[in-house]
Amino acid sequence: MNAINYIKLEFPSLSCNEAFARTAAAAFAAHLDPTLEELGDVKTAVSEAVTNCIVHAYPDAVGRIGLRLRILHDGQLEIAVRDWGCGIEDVEQAMKPLYTTGGDERGGMGFTIMESFMDRLRVRSRPGKGTTVVMLRTIRSRRKRA
Amino acid sequence: MNVNTAFSAGRLTLYLSGELDHHAAREAARTIDELLDEYLPRDCAVDMSGLSFMDSSGIAVLVRISRRLRDVGGRVWIENPSGQPRRVIDASGIDRLVPVAAGR
Repeated sequence: MNAINYIKLEFPSLSCNEAFARTAAAAFAAHLDPTLEELGDVKTAVSEAVTNCIVHAYPDAVGRIGLRLRILHDGQLEIAVRDWGCGIEDVEQAMKPLYTTGGDERGGMGFTIMESFMDRLRVRSRPGKGTTVVMLRTIRSRRKRA
Repeated sequence: MNVNTAFSAGRLTLYLSGELDHHAAREAARTIDELLDEYLPRDCAVDMSGLSFMDSSGIAVLVRISRRLRDVGGRVWIENPSGQPRRVIDASGIDRLVPVAAGR
């Protein structure tokens, strides 16, 4: 699908980059003239996906995280978060609410929140190769709504 | 991420401010653990009026506070959530475990 506009970022899996990633995503999404609520939803979903990479994909090392945002047709925002880490054996299980391998510092709510804040969520993973999370969210421009 | 406190008649209020994500959560959890050890409250209110962002890492912090209070027969609840943190609370269903105080 042709993108009207896009950004690609890559950064190491350091937790201080969580705030950077969601802020950068929000700055890019601002092109679509979103509401404050829509902007908050984008920030939340990016924060969850990037945190998953830091905690689960690279549990004992610092690895690469790729963040790509594209504006497709009709105000549709696509967010892709990619890692080249350990991968997920059972994606279906990993996406269940309250399921976590992260101990009591994690709640197992990351995918649940991503799913409820985005219109679509797709997870592709290969053990030992990495994981890609692609999310879609239609931003209804405030100008069009007015 | 900052945690300020008020303590009165066995009730500890934790005023969270700033952004509570995974990066901030570890230190926030440690700070809150120390405050609970210090004050030994019967009840704990988590005031979110100063919180500008929270993700599931914040939910894990709430679950942790709830467990600690439950262990000593105490109560914990959320006060003044708004905007993005409120949406995360609603989406996660954490309010079934840690209720949001009504009318605040």
